[in-house]
Amino acid sequence: MHELGIVFYIIRDVKKVAEEHRVPLVKTVVMNIGEVSTVVPEYLTDCWRWAADKEDLLRGCELKCNIIKAVTTCNACGAEYATVEHGRKCPLCGSEDTVLKCGNEVEIKEIEV
Amino acid sequence: MEAVKVIEIKKSVFAENEQDANQLRKELKGKGVFLLNLMSSPGSGKTTTLIQTINRLKEHLNIAVMEADIDSDVDAIRIKEATGIPSIQLHTGGMCHLDAEMTRQGLDNLELQNIDLVILENVGNLVCPAEFDTGAACNAMLLSVPEGHDKPLKYPLMFSICDVVVVNKMDVLPYFDFDLEQCKEWIHMRNPKAEVIPISAKTGEGVDAFAAWLLQKVNNWKL
Ligand SMILES: Nc1nc2c(ncn2[C@@H]2O[C@H](COP(=O)(O)OP(=O)(O)OP(=O)(O)O)[C@@H](O)[C@H]2O)c(=O)[nH]1
Ligand SMILES: [Mg+2]
Ligand SMILES: [Zn+2]
Repeated sequence: MHELGIVFYIIRDVKKVAEEHRVPLVKTVVMNIGEVSTVVPEYLTDCWRWAADKEDLLRGCELKCNIIKAVTTCNACGAEYATVEHGRKCPLCGSEDTVLKCGNEVEIKEIEV
Repeated sequence: MEAVKVIEIKKSVFAENEQDANQLRKELKGKGVFLLNLMSSPGSGKTTTLIQTINRLKEHLNIAVMEADIDSDVDAIRIKEATGIPSIQLHTGGMCHLDAEMTRQGLDNLELQNIDLVILENVGNLVCPAEFDTGAACNAMLLSVPEGHDKPLKYPLMFSICDVVVVNKMDVLPYFDFDLEQCKEWIHMRNPKAEVIPISAKTGEGVDAFAAWLLQKVNNWKL
């Protein structure tokens, strides 16, 4: 399962940071999850609950997901538009020469200890 | 009450795997071992294609195969029986993809000093394997005719990371409304550099072209 794999990565990274800062218990992990990343936040938090409670460092620790809106830039006319509504095709000029500016993130923003 | 302290991290969860993958790629380059990561949906014909391809290349190269599966050995046994080359099974423990660390562990079970080409048959899935760099020199994707020519639109990330897209099961083309030219156009929209090679692993049509592509890549890697 996709989200479970990601949870293991999060745990590995958080453990490392906690060790560096000599933190005994993490209260919250805050994630930035892009709208068009392949991660489903509800599944992620479900997997998190199951996996995090097996770790002393993360027992009861909450996983919060900030959703990052996806924005696409049009290379033809320079417009920026909402990716989820319009997809790859620029709604202003009709060009398909467009690049995703943000909305693909799966990153750990911060932890509260 | 205890004050809450915030530690900023701001790091992609894929960052560490990318580092591991780059390191592994460098080591394999040093050893002259070419790792091909083969991905596809379940049942599109990866194992059948590998058998056909390996039987054309095994005179020229020393080859080994790693079969990644959630839980079974059938593909590793099929490869060994049909080609006679070393083939090992990696179990992903329920995970939907292999990462660089798991790939490295698999490679540790092979005698790499005698090997030119290792082919990794990744877990059948078009989403997750695309996000986890395995450290491979090249990524190949197998798309089979019954899956439809619109897959590049539905799984853009997978197509954008592939060096080659092999279109398999061309023998059944008359029974499906699969438009190869349209498919190529959509693949190139995601990835202008991707090579597209139509084959039938069943009849052997086109497999020579794929084998030649792979042989050239392996030889270039060793320079
Ligand atoms: N008609 C036709 N059938 C094919 C072709 N290649 C494979 N098949 C059939 O497709 C089925 C799946 O083939 P496999 O090679 O096991 O596919 P796979 O991608 O390795 O499958 P998983 O490892 O389970 O994901 C088998 O019944 C093959 O005989 C082809 O070129 N033409
Ligand atoms: Mg197989
Ligand atoms: Zn535009």
